[in-house]
Amino acid sequence: MKLKVVIGLGLLLVIAVISCRDDKSIEFARYYSSGSMIYQTHCQNCHGAHGEGLNGLIPPLTDSIFIKENLHQLPCLVKNGLKGELKVSNKIFEGQMPAVDLAPIEIAQAVTYVANSFGNKLGTVNVDRVNTDLFKCQ
Amino acid sequence: MKKIFSIALVLAAFASCKSNNGGNTLPVYGKRTPVTKTVNGQTATDTIYQTIPAFKFVNQYGDSISEKNLSGKIYVADFFFTSCPSICPVMQRNMLNVYNTFKADPDIKILSFTIDPKYDSVKVLKKYADKLGISGDTWWFLQGKKDTTYKLAEKNYLVAVSEDKTTPGGYVHQGYFVLVDKEKRVRGAYDGTQPEQVNQLIADIKTLKAEPTPAAGQ
Repeated sequence: MKLKVVIGLGLLLVIAVISCRDDKSIEFARYYSSGSMIYQTHCQNCHGAHGEGLNGLIPPLTDSIFIKENLHQLPCLVKNGLKGELKVSNKIFEGQMPAVDLAPIEIAQAVTYVANSFGNKLGTVNVDRVNTDLFKCQ
Repeated sequence: MKKIFSIALVLAAFASCKSNNGGNTLPVYGKRTPVTKTVNGQTATDTIYQTIPAFKFVNQYGDSISEKNLSGKIYVADFFFTSCPSICPVMQRNMLNVYNTFKADPDIKILSFTIDPKYDSVKVLKKYADKLGISGDTWWFLQGKKDTTYKLAEKNYLVAVSEDKTTPGGYVHQGYFVLVDKEKRVRGAYDGTQPEQVNQLIADIKTLKAEPTPAAGQ
């Protein structure tokens, strides 16, 4: 009898803890884990498993100041690619990044992953924000 | 009793390790032709292995590179192009491991042949090498005629490279790293996109280095 009470109380506690995770953190976890898969498929070949880039050829994603300052540009860079000079981590890169054919929700997931990995911690970049950013692409 | 059994087990494990290492020779790839010769009235059959033929390319410093520059060297060959957006970056990231392991060893070379010589001029290759952090004469980025490169790749390095306008970058190719021994024979092919296979390549280069060189004339 006593044991049943303890187990019941324990279960209640677990449920309470799970529901404590608010909607926001659940949304973040969804974006981040999907983003990790998209990163592996579309970004990792060039930018590396740890966002390290490739020496002077491919820029790293570990420059947290660059990522923070250009967060609203990232969806456009993914969608349209990039050509010309780019200064990251005090190095000039001048190759070409190909456009990646992804839906806005996938871009949002990938950007959320990058913006919260490799030393970056900028929270969820949701699909509404990505749509607004994409609308402003040049 | 139990103790004896476990000792025997350990010994057996050691023995199997040893025989693995001791008998570790790499296979020789390619066609082989038996040749029967008569020397001093005695007939002997010898095997002629397929070898990489003579070639002439230009490296990132503008120097002409031929098979003569590779005599007595072990080398790794791969095919790439500088504007490649698909598998090349991961291949070069893995090849950097090979470079960093052997850059102080004058007997080991890396040859990266461009399959897009029209765009990849000597100047472009030099810049690419600089950006990748490559200096010295361990890793050469080679440019030659497109036909020659493709033929060399397909017929001799067993790598299929062919032009395909539908893939990103316009080229599709397999990311093989091909290991060639001091006698110009292909001794291994490794998927350059897989870090574990590239580690195997590094181990196999060390095995090849330890292989005794046959006496001249054999």
